[in-house]
Amino acid sequence: MTIREAALVLRDGSIFEGEAIGAIPPNGICSGEVVFNTTFTGYQEVLSDPSYAGQIISFTTPHIGNYGTTGYDNESKQVFARGVVVRDLARRRSNWRSEEDLDHYLQVLKVAGIAGIDTRRLTRILRQAGSMTGAFGTASVSDLHKAAQREVGTEGVNLVAQVTTSEEYQFGTGQFNVVAFDFGIKQTILRCLGEMATVRVVPATTAAEQVLKMSPHGVFLSNGPGDPQNVTGVPETLRHLLGAGVPIFGICLGHQLLSLALGGTTFKLPFGHHGANHPVRNLRTGVVEITSQNHNFCVDPESLRDRVDITHTNLNDHTNEGMRVRDARCFSVQYHPEAGPGPHDSRYLFQEFCDLMESA
Amino acid sequence: MPRRSDLTSILIIGSGPIVIGQACEFDYSGTQACRVLRDEGYRVILANSNPATIMTDPDFADRTYIEPLTVDVLQAIIERERPDAVLPTLGGQTALNLAMALYARGVVGVPGTPELIGANALAIATAEDREKFKAAMIEIGLAVPPSGVAHSIEEANEVIASIGLPVIIRPAYILGGHGTGIAETAPQFVTAVANGLAASPISEVLIERSIVGWKEFELEVMRDRADNCVVICSIENVDAMGVHTGDSITVAPALTLSDFEYQRMRDAAFACIRRVGVETGGSNVQFAVNPQTGEQVIIEMNPRVSRSSALASKATGFPIAKIAAKLAVGYTLDEIPNDITKMTPASFEPTIDYVVTKVPRWAFEKFPGTSGVLGTQMQSVGEAMAIGRTFPESLQKALRSLEIGRLGLNCDPAEKPMALLSDEEIIAAIAIPTPERLFQVGECLRRGIDLNVVHLASRIDPWFIDQMQMIIEERVVLAAIGFEAMTRANWRRAKRLGFADGQLAYLWDVSEELVRNARIDIGVIPTYKTVDTCSAEFEAQTPYHYSTYEDESEVRPSSKPRVIILGSGPNRIGQGIEFDYCCVHASFALRDAGYETVMVNCNPETVSTDYDTSDRLYFEPLTVEDVMNVIEAETIAGGAPPRVVVSLGGQTPLKLSGELPASLIAGTSAQSIDVAEDRQKWSALCNQLGITQPPGGTALNVDDALNVAHRVGYPVLVRPSYVLGGRAMQIVHDDSHLVRAMGEMAVAGTLGREGGLSAHRPVLVDRFLEDATEIDVDAIRDATGDVLIGGIMEHVEEAGVHSGDSACAIPPQTLEPWAIEAIESYTKAIANALDVRGLLNVQFALTGSTIYVLEANPRASRTVPFVAKATGVPLAKIASRVMLGATLGELRAEGLLKNPINHGHVAVKEAVLPFNRFPEVDTALGPEMRSTGEVMGIDSTFGRAFVKAETAAGTELPTSGMVFLTLNDRDKSSSLVIAKRLRQLGLGIVATSGTADYLQKFGYPVDRVVGKVSESEVDLATQLNSDAVELLKRGEITFVINTPSGRRTRTDGEAIRKAANIYRVSSVTTIKAALAAVQGLAEAQEHPLEVRSLQEYHGR
Repeated sequence: MTIREAALVLRDGSIFEGEAIGAIPPNGICSGEVVFNTTFTGYQEVLSDPSYAGQIISFTTPHIGNYGTTGYDNESKQVFARGVVVRDLARRRSNWRSEEDLDHYLQVLKVAGIAGIDTRRLTRILRQAGSMTGAFGTASVSDLHKAAQREVGTEGVNLVAQVTTSEEYQFGTGQFNVVAFDFGIKQTILRCLGEMATVRVVPATTAAEQVLKMSPHGVFLSNGPGDPQNVTGVPETLRHLLGAGVPIFGICLGHQLLSLALGGTTFKLPFGHHGANHPVRNLRTGVVEITSQNHNFCVDPESLRDRVDITHTNLNDHTNEGMRVRDARCFSVQYHPEAGPGPHDSRYLFQEFCDLMESA
Repeated sequence: MPRRSDLTSILIIGSGPIVIGQACEFDYSGTQACRVLRDEGYRVILANSNPATIMTDPDFADRTYIEPLTVDVLQAIIERERPDAVLPTLGGQTALNLAMALYARGVVGVPGTPELIGANALAIATAEDREKFKAAMIEIGLAVPPSGVAHSIEEANEVIASIGLPVIIRPAYILGGHGTGIAETAPQFVTAVANGLAASPISEVLIERSIVGWKEFELEVMRDRADNCVVICSIENVDAMGVHTGDSITVAPALTLSDFEYQRMRDAAFACIRRVGVETGGSNVQFAVNPQTGEQVIIEMNPRVSRSSALASKATGFPIAKIAAKLAVGYTLDEIPNDITKMTPASFEPTIDYVVTKVPRWAFEKFPGTSGVLGTQMQSVGEAMAIGRTFPESLQKALRSLEIGRLGLNCDPAEKPMALLSDEEIIAAIAIPTPERLFQVGECLRRGIDLNVVHLASRIDPWFIDQMQMIIEERVVLAAIGFEAMTRANWRRAKRLGFADGQLAYLWDVSEELVRNARIDIGVIPTYKTVDTCSAEFEAQTPYHYSTYEDESEVRPSSKPRVIILGSGPNRIGQGIEFDYCCVHASFALRDAGYETVMVNCNPETVSTDYDTSDRLYFEPLTVEDVMNVIEAETIAGGAPPRVVVSLGGQTPLKLSGELPASLIAGTSAQSIDVAEDRQKWSALCNQLGITQPPGGTALNVDDALNVAHRVGYPVLVRPSYVLGGRAMQIVHDDSHLVRAMGEMAVAGTLGREGGLSAHRPVLVDRFLEDATEIDVDAIRDATGDVLIGGIMEHVEEAGVHSGDSACAIPPQTLEPWAIEAIESYTKAIANALDVRGLLNVQFALTGSTIYVLEANPRASRTVPFVAKATGVPLAKIASRVMLGATLGELRAEGLLKNPINHGHVAVKEAVLPFNRFPEVDTALGPEMRSTGEVMGIDSTFGRAFVKAETAAGTELPTSGMVFLTLNDRDKSSSLVIAKRLRQLGLGIVATSGTADYLQKFGYPVDRVVGKVSESEVDLATQLNSDAVELLKRGEITFVINTPSGRRTRTDGEAIRKAANIYRVSSVTTIKAALAAVQGLAEAQEHPLEVRSLQEYHGR
């Protein structure tokens, strides 16, 4: 295998030397907002999570690709992330579940990557300076720098429109009827919901009337990419649904959109939460859950003080992680109780959604 | 939940002496626990028999009992101190077993007695009793290998009928896998069951389906009172199931598990800890995974801090023992801040952005007759850990950290002998787990043997093999490029795969210095990253570093004067915890004196590699290259070169001293060190000082050696230079033996191994002094010539038994005042002549009225911590200050140096030998050190202290039954005293004919006379025809006194000593130890032994 020398250049001009992996990007340049993810395992789930649309994912774990890839671990049918940055891409995979190697997977799904760089230095820069755009590839460093500066990242873009399903479809055979808004829904969420409900996955722009016509037992608001402020129309839909009294459960972007619908505000975190080790306190039980997280934006709990009870808080930075709406059968969390990848500590929330629908 | 206020005092049970399977990781955990609980305001009482530990420093507890770890002793301590709680989960299996025994007696864990905190008796029993454990796991739906429990061969046969072979046999309540075996055939099964039943204190074995060849994983989990559970670290064994995890090469984090599998394992681990009922603290849960199907079974769990948790703590920066201690007194994880980030709580799961590799170190060369094959019973004596950004880098660093003459996976002189093996032979070799296997795997790959062939033979996961293949391929590339044509990118690539400069020098046949200079000139130097628990997501407050070749280094500048302390590397026989104690004390003392202290070490079990022992920690191999890199990094960060302490970490740093910049070395100069090591210079010095040495000389070859031997007369003592622990040291009685000994050392020399003969490392040949009393002195001299005699230790065993294997006493028991005076004055003269700045250890031998000096070492000795505990003088702290320029006078004024206490007590140090692990081995003591650890007994008289020391060392002194006496002619006269004392104690006497004749001639009755047990007559496996062996087997002989002398008697007595070892009957092999034992028993009979704390002895 010949080595294709490549570089990653950040908006601030920081240069990292490495080698190209995966697909070859047009003009030898791949750009996006660079974020780091600290999970040990689950690179395939992370890569195929639609919430990473518009972003370049850098894994802090140095060895990536060791156990290959398998169809089951895909969180969506394609990779919406712009690119991937690793310290070391395994050239040989080894695992009984494995179907193909990661490099091949990236090529098939047309994802460009760069390997061999000092990913810890990259993490430290992003931690200190905050999320930043960057560009990598085999192009010259100056071209890459220009591309990094041109790149708008996730700001002002409605990324949900890029990842949501165009057609309604059904998943699962459980007893409840659930309508799930697809803002970039993960396969693992569908599996969790599908165990107890027949899920009708609908496009993000589906109107409230249409949803109510399906007379669901509950409505689910999925995860998704980018800034909730850019997802126009959805908060209005949600206000309508809240008014109709249908039970609602939201995760991640779903949580943020619900907050906007309730009149709350959101803000951007310096470098986001991307990993599988974040401690979250369940304020009702006091128990600490280790959670899977992937978000750059966050709900300001103060902005919702009159309408919700805060149910979960992040113990690292004390940001909001969950809420229950006081006058509605509705709750949501910022983190990923479905895991995929990550710990299963919070899967009880799906049962709570069931209970909520049951009591309705 | 805040700290519990219903408790005021807590007893911590330590783990006792260092033994195979239980090393200084429990000093690390115990020390952390002591510190934490005292900081929390509890009164801490500590019981531990091991004086070499840092935890037994009187400063670390309110009451420190250096007493034997027996149920009686602990009960006495509990009755005396009346603690509110007992914490048994930080002292290894020893503490856990003791806690269960105390519980069984009703002394702890029942109403009205101290509470068991950490884990209660029910939880311990559920985890430790294999039947209960298995039932509990099945109850919660976790898969376990099918198995059954047996208490006899008959029961075992019933079990096997339903399971079928192959099976694995594990005894209940054991540590380090002792007595565990695999059986593939019916005869193997019978033997393995018998061994297992014998090893289990409750005669119980678990027989289970063999899952040899499956992948092995461990999860380190913690739980608090609020039922919060977290995984601190996942560990993957490179060696598949079938090799004890303590003997396996392991990596952290697990590298071949998908998230799907990992989360399933995590769920199972939590279910396990909850079901077992470990309320608070850390546990280790082990899993096996079928590589073909992913089937996952739970193997075992330890409801306590373990060797793996020490590794996990060092691998992640998360201090498991410290947190476990806090959880035990009521805190929850979210109430405890993460030490490293300060900003985030301990209730999270560390994530790391590097790879940690642990490689064990074995000592088979010291135990001739052992197979050297690894199995389910742990045999390693130590381990090295290395951190790299990738597996190849961390693996090669770990291999060079081992100090076994290997510079990495290959590419060093030690790889040569493997060329002699055919492809078939080497493929056959990698199917058998041995210390050499990984290197053989490398050799297979180098020959182009297919990865799948290597995988099928070794059962090592293909991913790891492929990573090793990358190293091999790089070697070929580097060889093709050649030294001259190396570009910056080539250098960087090689270093990123972990190649040492020494490997490259070997590859290109140029000097290491040339390689180093060329590499530095082209700008390829290491960067230092930080171990921070969080992969840089948060800022780390703790400077715990490792080297790697990346873009950015994280060492922070600082302008304080700094001292680098070089540690002692992996534990091995001859160099262990004692030196870690010295390094840690130096760090504490120098930090207190205003220096910034920098520790360099690669042993994950130690206190020295705790991130808050020093101001900065570099987890690095102790090689010239790696140490020079740290010196250079510190020079840049500090703006000025640091000082370097080389004399506290044993032979490891001392060996480096000549190659480090002389101006930086603190304390005694490298030149003086050389004078003490170089035979010619040393002899000249002794002559000049008028101190007698045993006659002798040096030899570079066999002829030289024979000449010296003929000149001084046999027996002679031969020893290589620059070794510790008497490696390859032998007493030689004739020419043919001498020729053989020299040959062995020459082979070791060409392989670059310790104890090897080379032009720079000649062999010393000295007249061996028979029946001499050996004396050890630890002293400190300062730059003004002031000398402090720290302690004079008289050995119990005569000269010829390695000082590390000999018991010794402070104060000396038989030395007359003139001898003590002479020894003191010789020590001072030598210290002055060598211009010592710091510690000096001198060994003397006394025969009649002549005092010989045997050797002098201007460095910390193994006895420094023992002396400190016995006298109350912190020698290592004082020495480290002196090395940096303080005078003894100044330290006296400061209060650090106080007069040695002398309240009439006697302290005895006794060695602990690993013979129960090596039943094939002769237990007679000799000049090659074989003990793994030590204990101390302290009491009002020598006899009482000796009995305590023996008890602590696990020697069971007889209280009933018969004692077997078989003595060499020289010792026969002493048999009268012994026989008389034994009679007074009410013990019977069995003797061999010669000894019996002698006793009867002087009117001492012998209860039973047995024939001589010569090796030719005895088949160790059946030996039913032998009288003495039969008596041992039946338990009628309760103690063996067998003294060998010369080569012939040694082999004669070997059979009886081996038999005693196999049947677990304690024995002594020197007449002086026998005399001490009977004296002690007599004294103990008069006054029952009592416990007393070190603080009371020290009167402080």
